[in-house]
Amino acid sequence: MKTAAIVFMKEVRENLRDRRTVLNTCITGPLMAPLIFVLVIHFAIAKQVEQAEKPLPVSVIDARYAPNLVEALKQLGMEAKPPMANPEAAVRAQEANVVLRIPAAYGNAWRKGEPAQVELIYDASQSDSAQAEARLEQMLKGLGQRTASLRLLARGLSPALAPPIAIAERDQSTPQSRGGLLFAMLPYFFILAAFVGGTALAIDTTAGERERQSLEPLFANPVPRWQILAGKLGATSLFSLVTVLLSIIAFAQVGHFLPADKLGMVLDLGARFTITVLVAMLPLVLLLAAAQTLVAAFARTYREAQTYLTLLTFLPAIPSILLSILPFKAKLWMYAIPVVGQQTVILRLMRGETVAGTPLAVCVVCTTIAALVVCAITARVYQSERLAISA
Amino acid sequence: MIEVRDLRKAFGEVKAVDGISFTARDGQITGLLGPNGAGKTTTLRMLYTLMRPDAGRVLVDGIDAGVDPIAVRRRLGVLPDARGLYKRLTARENIDYFARLHGIETPKMHARREALVDALEMRDIMDRRTEGFSQGQRVKTAIARALVHDPRNVILDEPTNGLDVMSTRSMRAFLKSMQSEGRCVLLSSHIMQEVAALCDRIVVIAHGRVVADGAADELRARTGKANLEDAFVAIIGSHEGLAA
Repeated sequence: MKTAAIVFMKEVRENLRDRRTVLNTCITGPLMAPLIFVLVIHFAIAKQVEQAEKPLPVSVIDARYAPNLVEALKQLGMEAKPPMANPEAAVRAQEANVVLRIPAAYGNAWRKGEPAQVELIYDASQSDSAQAEARLEQMLKGLGQRTASLRLLARGLSPALAPPIAIAERDQSTPQSRGGLLFAMLPYFFILAAFVGGTALAIDTTAGERERQSLEPLFANPVPRWQILAGKLGATSLFSLVTVLLSIIAFAQVGHFLPADKLGMVLDLGARFTITVLVAMLPLVLLLAAAQTLVAAFARTYREAQTYLTLLTFLPAIPSILLSILPFKAKLWMYAIPVVGQQTVILRLMRGETVAGTPLAVCVVCTTIAALVVCAITARVYQSERLAISA
Repeated sequence: MIEVRDLRKAFGEVKAVDGISFTARDGQITGLLGPNGAGKTTTLRMLYTLMRPDAGRVLVDGIDAGVDPIAVRRRLGVLPDARGLYKRLTARENIDYFARLHGIETPKMHARREALVDALEMRDIMDRRTEGFSQGQRVKTAIARALVHDPRNVILDEPTNGLDVMSTRSMRAFLKSMQSEGRCVLLSSHIMQEVAALCDRIVVIAHGRVVADGAADELRARTGKANLEDAFVAIIGSHEGLAA
């Protein structure tokens, strides 16, 4: 393995002299995931605060039929807006989130003690509109209950008669789990860090070396090619690992930058998070380095390799998207699939859950096997005659 | 000594090398002369085991390249057609990298490198990064790293390609000095004047075959032409590829 060590040292030294590679490895790559994380959390908190505290703007049509109702809604936080000619079109065009329309029959029905109908015009496929509608509906239900109680009292009955079932909501979601899609994508940005850290070297050591015409003289040396490859893979893995490690460390610090009071919990990304994620990521770093080297080995030029590797980078986004859309419950088989396993581990840890020893072991062992297989395939490709020929 | 016996290599339908045999002896400069596309580079690539021949044998100091390619590469110094350097490393680091891959001990590596630095007159560029080197400086560095392990056999693919007159002259002197040290020097070229001035023995290749093999005088005598260029044309039987 002395040859591999010589190649490894040379690749590390050469790439440390490339400012762009060092910048990507030590700054751009590691900071990507934590930055996005902080943004997402702040965004989610801002949304919640907005929903709870900000006045709800609602365009009211024919407010004259129910002046008392509109007044009561204003007390609860509704901001009455002037009516509009075509509320359905306005909602569809997202010019208004929700519109309240009061039919002419409202007053009569109210006075007779019959259910008085009001219309809420909204678009359930727009989350802003659906949320505004839910808030307005909540206000209306509250008013309705109050009125019902008063009417029962007026007839000498107990208001307790009216609701046969009392619902007490105990929401178990956290700001993270409510983050939904954006939050489920976070492990992907994490894995992206491994990609970013290794890309420059994976290309430089294969397609780059061939384009610079230095691969043929290198292969003229009396050493087996697989040892040259081992050194190159080692260097690529090291850069990728540094990016991942810095990323995890940066991530662990994220908790300090989040408003824990508004979050309603302390986000603990401490030592256990760091170590668990690092253990899960180690074999993946080798797997990605080998996969990147393999893909780049097929490219004729540096530029071509960059194009291929960019496409490869999107592959791990697919399980991220699936995990965020499909109802997600961690099953043991998920840990066995490289990338998916790591995403599941990271996602669980970020949700404040723990990962048991068995799933973690399954994740590490299966990814290691996959990494060795890809290394073997890359070594085979490296033996091919075509590989070294520059022209 | 390098012995080539009935070497063959095809790329699909194209027979790039179609039964080439010759011997390059120690203490001699042997030239592979032929027009562009004659099969010179492919032949050399099989000699330094970058490519596997479809048929035929290559023996370097009696070692079969098909049986023990690593032992063969250890006995060869190779300046391939591709002579790319690592641009973020200095000339010295480029040379030392290859020396270490050959497993040379550090003291011996220093001694050998210093000898080459003097012979190639490249001391002033040793600690510069190779990015921005002139063609001549690049070739010097490439040759130094190819010969840092002191090989008995030296293979050079078009060694004077792209060099100016002064660099070409010092390259020839360097090749002569290697010959006088008793090494086996094998080079390829498509330039007749160069081969005539340098080589003890000329192997003329056309269409993947050896069409003539001998000293310059023998080739002239065989064709009855006083001028080697005319002899060359007579041997390969066309004016193809003589633009150089």
